[in-house]
Amino acid sequence: MKTTLGKLNPGAAGIIVGVAASGECAPDLARRFLEMGILEGARVEVLHKAPFGGDPLAVRVRGSIIALRRNEADHVEVQLEATHE
Amino acid sequence: MSEVLELPKIALAGNPNCGKTALFNALTGSRQKVGNYPGVTVERKEGQIITSSGAKLNLLDLPGTYSLDARTPDEMIARDIILGRQSTETPPRLFVAVADATSLERNLGLVLELRALNKPVVLALNMMDLAHERGLKLDLEILSRELGVPIVPTVAVKKQGIAELIKLVESRLQISGALPVVASPEWEKPNMAAIRVRFTEVDRILKLATVTPARVSVWTEKIDRVVLHPLWGSLLLVAVLAIMFQSIFAWATIPQDWIKGALDFFGKWVGTLLSEGPLRSLLVDGIIAGVGSVLVFLPQILVLFGVILVLEDSGYMARAAFLMDKVMGRVGLHGRAFIPLLSSYACAIPGIMATRTIESKRDRLTTILVAPLTTCSARLPVYTLLIAAFIPNKSVLGPLKLQGLVMLGLYLAGIFAALGMAVVFRKTILRGPKPALLMELPTYKWPSVKNIAYGLWERTQLFLVRAGTVILTASVLLWFMASYPKPPAGAVVDEAHSAITYSYAGKLGTAIEPLLRPIGFDWKISVALIPGFAARETMISALGTVYAVEGQEDHVAEALGQKIAKDWSMATALSLLVWYVLACQCLSTLAVTRRETNSLRWPVFMFVYMTALAYGASFVTYHAARWFGL
Repeated sequence: MKTTLGKLNPGAAGIIVGVAASGECAPDLARRFLEMGILEGARVEVLHKAPFGGDPLAVRVRGSIIALRRNEADHVEVQLEATHE
Repeated sequence: MSEVLELPKIALAGNPNCGKTALFNALTGSRQKVGNYPGVTVERKEGQIITSSGAKLNLLDLPGTYSLDARTPDEMIARDIILGRQSTETPPRLFVAVADATSLERNLGLVLELRALNKPVVLALNMMDLAHERGLKLDLEILSRELGVPIVPTVAVKKQGIAELIKLVESRLQISGALPVVASPEWEKPNMAAIRVRFTEVDRILKLATVTPARVSVWTEKIDRVVLHPLWGSLLLVAVLAIMFQSIFAWATIPQDWIKGALDFFGKWVGTLLSEGPLRSLLVDGIIAGVGSVLVFLPQILVLFGVILVLEDSGYMARAAFLMDKVMGRVGLHGRAFIPLLSSYACAIPGIMATRTIESKRDRLTTILVAPLTTCSARLPVYTLLIAAFIPNKSVLGPLKLQGLVMLGLYLAGIFAALGMAVVFRKTILRGPKPALLMELPTYKWPSVKNIAYGLWERTQLFLVRAGTVILTASVLLWFMASYPKPPAGAVVDEAHSAITYSYAGKLGTAIEPLLRPIGFDWKISVALIPGFAARETMISALGTVYAVEGQEDHVAEALGQKIAKDWSMATALSLLVWYVLACQCLSTLAVTRRETNSLRWPVFMFVYMTALAYGASFVTYHAARWFGL
């Protein structure tokens, strides 16, 4: 299933399939995403959400833990892994 | 000529949190100099490496950056020096790229960027011990061949690999010494495609060189489950802040008493050495009392910085910013603004300097403008004096005392003022889109005692320089203005007409009194506020001088408290407290704002808005208190 990173909650994981594909993302932010390792093909896993409304998120990607807000995370498209339920 | 004599310069470049500072300390030892780059408050750290053959090299520690595509002032400095565009800096002849071995997938991006500049690069693979613990096995030969740079594995905090790194640097400099120096290499801001290509290359190289990949840090995961937990994490943050304030107000008072005692002794000793006269007066009443009243805060500031450095070094600070982002976001600030505002409790100057990590200009300006509203340690002596003199120490609600509650109230007033003004600025003059948050949460590490000690030593130096310049000048100036001209021969000098009424300070105080009368300040407060504008805490010694109380610091506070308790109304005291919460009374803050914003406009604005806010609030407080019959 395809969704955006901003809609996920702790425990969810998937492969990044698009960064700033919609074109609404500020170019500066999009380049920053890539430099921090939020790149197409990388596996991303949501680890934590902050208190007071579950925003921002802490995700693991390419060996680092990155904090980002749901708003911005919505520019990152993710192909969800099948959950083992 | 000077270029011939200048030592070969090399620069350390790397991502934030890669252990670059620890490596810098290990390479240079105590041979380092901390300063600022001209025009900005970005810290410039330079040190000397001594090679095994005794040759000396200059090492420049560049601010941490994820890429050459710079956004913050820190990153721009790093980029400009790397590209040889910083006019005040000779371009480095060689780069030591530092990469966190536990996070190569991201760290190698910058290494590839540096390599593309066609200047000599060597790579220090730092934190190799942690990487090994996490099961990483690399073929360094393949890694070095594919990256095209020589590699030394290091563990900076344990000084491992340092000698090898120095040797490698030396041999590379000899090889490249024959080649012409590329002063300003070609560089173009990369587009998204170029960044994707860069990281695809990183992946290709790592795939070839990795024997077994590193596991994720189990410890960091475990700790984060508590630290970032919505409930436990929030409670822990409150506990950390509580310990921090406890350490400032309870533990720091012990060394403060030592300093006080030493100054008292020193003042008396100087007093006995010199005969009564202007020189003794200048030394004892002007310099020792004035600078001493500020030196007393050194322990508090060091304790606070110590706590902040430990929190930063361990990796907790970024988590605090993560937890606070939503709250800060509500007033239009970035989660990262939490750190500068927290530092401002010690002193707004380091607080304002800490805003350098905030990317958005508007966000950064807002944080700078409101930082001086948080209750810095220089307000404390004034609060202590006024509360002791005017607020009865009766119990309210069991163990809670009224004096303590008023102190807490003043602190809260400072926070609410800062957050409230942030909302105002973000909705008016600094309106703009909410800035993005994209922040690394680094792996937890034991803070290194040595790095903390270096950090504290830096702060101490900065603080002592301030005490030795701004505050010394203000003290001497005030002493002069309060001492001259002397009362004319035959003039009446008594309680009502003390000698100071004839001095410049007395005349100036009388001149500005009409301005301050509506908020309940008499001419004596007005006089004391003049030096208080240079640095808040000097108001106490100034009041001491104005009230012509004999004796040294410690007794000054006591006797002064009794005098003002008799002389001022409660309404005046409350008004002055509110004034101290809000007014901009610190030349150094204005100076650092001027440097940080690179314009005169913002410090002027800061001064005007804070003074207006203070005047308005004091006016309301004074008249409300009068109305209640206080």
